[in-house]
This record gives sequence, C-alpha cells and structure tokens, in this order.
Amino acid sequence: MKTSKKIGLGLLTLGLAVSLVACGGGKKADDTATGGDKGKGADYSAALVTDVGGVDDKSFNQSAWEGLQEWGKENDKKKGTGGYNYYQSNSDSEFTPNLNSAIDDGFNTVFGIGFKLQPAIEEIADANKDTQFVIIDDVIKGKDNVESVIFKDNEASYLAGIAAAKASKTKHVGFVGGQEGEVIGRFEAGFVDGVKSVDKDIKIDVKYAGSFGDAAKGKSIAAAMYKSGADVIFHASGDTGNGVFSEAIDVMKTKPENPVWVIGVDRDQHDEGEYDGGNVTLTSTLKGVGTVVKTIATDAQDGKYNGGKTEVFGLKDGGVDLTKGQLDEVNPDIQKAVDEAKDKIIAGDIKVPEKPSKK
Amino acid sequence: MVGTLAIIVSSALVYSAPLIFTALGGTFSERSGIVNVGLEGIMTIGAFSATVFNLFTVNIFGALTPWIAMLFGGVIGILFSLIHAVATVNLRADHIVSGTVINLMAPGLTVFLTKMIFDGHGQTDLIKARFGKTSFPILKDIPVLGEIFFKDTSAPAYVAVLVAILAYYVIFKTKFGLRLRSVGEHPQAADTLGINVYGMKYAGVMISGFLGGMGGAVAVQSISGQFSISTIAGQGFISMAAMIFGKWNPLTVMAAAIFFGLSQSLAVIGSQIDFLKNLPSVYLQAAPYVLTVLVLVLFIGKSQGPKANGQTYIKSK
Repeated sequence: MKTSKKIGLGLLTLGLAVSLVACGGGKKADDTATGGDKGKGADYSAALVTDVGGVDDKSFNQSAWEGLQEWGKENDKKKGTGGYNYYQSNSDSEFTPNLNSAIDDGFNTVFGIGFKLQPAIEEIADANKDTQFVIIDDVIKGKDNVESVIFKDNEASYLAGIAAAKASKTKHVGFVGGQEGEVIGRFEAGFVDGVKSVDKDIKIDVKYAGSFGDAAKGKSIAAAMYKSGADVIFHASGDTGNGVFSEAIDVMKTKPENPVWVIGVDRDQHDEGEYDGGNVTLTSTLKGVGTVVKTIATDAQDGKYNGGKTEVFGLKDGGVDLTKGQLDEVNPDIQKAVDEAKDKIIAGDIKVPEKPSKK
Repeated sequence: MVGTLAIIVSSALVYSAPLIFTALGGTFSERSGIVNVGLEGIMTIGAFSATVFNLFTVNIFGALTPWIAMLFGGVIGILFSLIHAVATVNLRADHIVSGTVINLMAPGLTVFLTKMIFDGHGQTDLIKARFGKTSFPILKDIPVLGEIFFKDTSAPAYVAVLVAILAYYVIFKTKFGLRLRSVGEHPQAADTLGINVYGMKYAGVMISGFLGGMGGAVAVQSISGQFSISTIAGQGFISMAAMIFGKWNPLTVMAAAIFFGLSQSLAVIGSQIDFLKNLPSVYLQAAPYVLTVLVLVLFIGKSQGPKANGQTYIKSK
C-alpha cells in the first residue's frame, strides 16, 4: 500500500516537473513587448507552436523557428506579440493551451509544427475563424482557415536508400523509425524502395522504437542491427536517433576495420556523427520546414493565404533533399547514382511509394 | 545463437547500469529511514553536471574523462541530496513532499543552466569521450561465456555490480551498516544506545545522492551523449521500483535492475532470435510489463521495507 502510494506520487511528480518546465518556456513569449511600427502589412504577425521539444532541438522545430525568424528580420518584425514568436510544447497536453495562447495574443497566422498537432488544430480551428492556421506534416480537410503542408519525405528517403545500398558492404541495411504512422511510413516506404532499386537481394531490417525520445531503446535496436550484420542504418526517429549515433560511434571505436554508418534525418546531422576518430554520418535527408514556413508567412502577409488547401513540397521545389555528407569519400559512384535518381524523380520517371508495402 | 545472447546481455547491461547505481542509492537512503522519491531529480542533476564536466575537461583527462565525470556527477549529487537531508532530518518536512520538490527543481534548474552555459540552447553539445564498449582482457577469451559477458560490453555495469556487492557488505556486515539499519527500523532504540541518529540519516541520504548522481552520469555518458530534458525521463522512478522489487537488499536490488534491463532488451532483440521470430511483435513489446507482473505475483512475497521508513524522528520525544 505504502509502496504503491510512493510510486504513484513519483509519477505525479514527473508529470508536474515536466509541466513546470513547460510553463517556463511558455512564459518567454511575453517578455519582449510589441513592435508598433506601421507600414505595409505591419499589423500582420505570425507565431508557431512546436511539437514536443524546443526550438533548438537541432531538428524540425529549430528549422521552423529559423524560418520564422528569417521572415521576421526581413520584414522588420520584432519578437513578441504583434511580430513573431514561438510557443514551446513540452508534452502532448500542451498543444491546445499553446494554440490558445497564440490566438489570445492576436497572431494572424499560427503554425502547428508536426503531425501531432493535427487533432488540436482541427478542434480549435472552427472556434477561431479569424486566425489562419497552418499544419505541417498532416492534412486537415474542409476548413477554410487551415492550410496543410506535406513533404514528400519518401522522395528524399528513396535517395537515402540508394546511398545506403551503394555504401553497404554487407548487403544488409537497417531502418529505425520513431512512432509508426503515416509520416514515418513515408520514410520507410521511400527508403525500402530506394534500396531495392539498387539491389533486390539486400536485406533490410525495419524496426520502430515506439517513441521519438527514447535514446536507450534506439541504442539497443542499433546494437542488434549492427551485430546481425547491417552496416548502414537510416533513422527517422528524432531524439531516439541519438542512441543510434551513440551505438555507431561505439562500434567504430571498438572495430574500426568494419565501418558502419548512420543516415541522419530532417537536417544535416554531421555533428551528431562526429567522434575523435572520424564521423559515422554517411549523409542526411533534408526537410525544408524553415523555407516553407518563411514562404507561407510572406505569402499570408501579402494576403495570399491558401486556406483549405494542401500544399505538397518535394525534391522538385527543394522541399526535401539529401546532403552530400561523406558519400564521395565512401565511393564516388554514390553521388552520381543519387543525382540520376533525383533527376528521374523530378521528371516523374520514378514514382516513389508513400506507404510501406504490407509485410 | 551466442552472438544473439551477447547482444541481449550487453544491451541489458547498458540499460541497467544507471538503474543499479540509483537503486542502490535509494536503498541506502531508505535503510536509514528517509524515503527518497527525489532520485529522479538527483539523476538529472548528476547527468547534467557530468555532461558539463565531460565537455570542459575532455582535453585534460582524455579517455578517463567519463569516469572522472561520473565521480563529479556523484559529488554534485551529494550536494543536491543535502537539500533533501536538511529538509527531512532537521526541518522535519514530509519526505515525499521534499523529494517531490527535488524532482521539480532538477529539470528546471538544469535546463535553465544549459541555456545559460550553451548560448540559449535547449541541450548541451555532444560529449567527445563516452564509455563506449569495453572488452576485459583474459576474461574475454573464455569460450562462450567470454563472448557473451566480457566482450564489447558496458564497463559501468560491471562497476555497478561491484558497487552492489560492496553495498551488501557495508549494509549487512559492517558496524556502519548495522547502525544505518537500526536507525531505519527503530530510531528511538538506536538513539538510546548512543547512535547519532541524525548523522546516520544524513549519511544514508548523502550516499543516495552520490550513487544517484553517478547513475545519471552513467546514463548520459553511455546512452544519449548529450544532456537534454529527455535524458532522464523516468529512470529514477524505475530505480525506485527496482529497489522495492529487490526488497531493500543490494544484491536483489541489483538483480531487479538487471531484470528490467533484460526484459527491455529482449523486447528489442527478440525478433532476431530464431524461435521467437514468428511471434507477432506486439507480444514482445508487451513482454517486459507482463514479465514484471508475473515475477511480482509468483515469486516475490510481501515486500517489507524498513519499519520506520518515512517517519520523521524527533530526538526530544
């Protein structure tokens, strides 16, 4: 009895701790006051609500925030109400409160960064018809004040698949996903298809961690994959991927003669792969969240908000891409194959599937 | 097959090492009668300070950095646990409330300090020197066993096992341990026999701070490689569970922590074991929790903690 009480209280504490930290982040929104200069579109303001994680997560949120900051600087906006700002979500339960704060602070356009915000925006949009919402990575249909943005991650992952297949010496590669679902499914489908396009006999391990923040699990999954013979792992798993990098570095330090690689996701993860004997990041897929946020904010300021529509960004318009990374050092042919495939995808000669085939 | 076993064991050890340290810390504290729900917060502080120490001194200590950073994390853990000790022993605060304060304070404080030290970033830079994998000389050449237990494995886990054995010896075979336990069972009786009750309670809490801080330091330096709010997310509470599961006895506490690690790594690696391959993955993912429930129900009887655990001792009464 006493022990169960103790654990219960412990969990409660954990919850409180997380939400308290969250409040700290949220309050930041108010400390810089309004910028009141007039001019064309001067009254227009935009804010974003992050997915779980901060605006310096070295990934998705950071990229979006950088895009919004760039937009703000170009348009002489100040950080804070009436200009541009961010609301940090530290847990799923903070999406709705953060969206509400953004609306209350009078922002014209509110970006929801990440598919996890989809239900919250869908619920809130009808009650706030004057606010323009943008949801990244998911689709909300039939609402005039919600614009949906989707990335063709499957196209960039296809290129990653080609790179992995060409770089693998053991003819065995791996994929580590965060949570199973539509978005990460696109990564998996593209990657698998890319690998198969090079060589149908390459073995592909696909494994989901069930979380975007469990580095320990990422590490054990990667350990299992590398040990069973895979030598390139593509991770689409947020912070869980830290564990994948950590394992790859450990493997390289113990057995440098059999090189293993990691392919990063969403932004250039070269730094994550660095260690004192080299770097395990083969390449990274890129997702231009920042560019898209900037473009949409600029358009909306000029009165060109595409409410109710779904916009798709792919290789063609630079919405996604693959970095050069260390491809050339491994084998100069890889970049060539990647570029060829890229041209074909842009030309429409290759159609990359969006959903993983059923096993 | 040996290869698969080797991955299961080494993954389990990587996962369990921080839990063993922290759970042993909790054992010391509770043996002295102070409930320490603040283990999670202490781990967070330990992880943060070890990361910062590692980042700033890696040029001086080289490959030894993670170990020294681990001790440093422990020392900061002691300082932090003193808050809990002062509040519960001298100020007679409720143990749970004080522990909760520790847990609330640590994430806020560390994230704030991270932002101050690392130019407003939400996480630290990546550390250069990690624990990595260790092979034990000679032992690794034992056929089969060497491959499974001593090759490319987690060194901190073995240190944790040694600490557990040492902790068992200290708690059950030394004068200090006898006094510590007596204070946790019946402080009045201990006091009448001339034992410094407050001193023993301080010692218990401070040891838990040291071990908890080291646990956090091990977690960050062997798993994530950088400190952020998600580095310590629940390990402190799992350690408490391991402590209760292990009935406040260092050796069984250690076994409980390893059991948690083992079931976790089985869930991850199960799909590569031949005879488990055809099992739907949902069973493997549920396995850690089912196993825990089964073991608790079938093999563990009543878990009885120290008798005066959680009660404030007032000397004059």
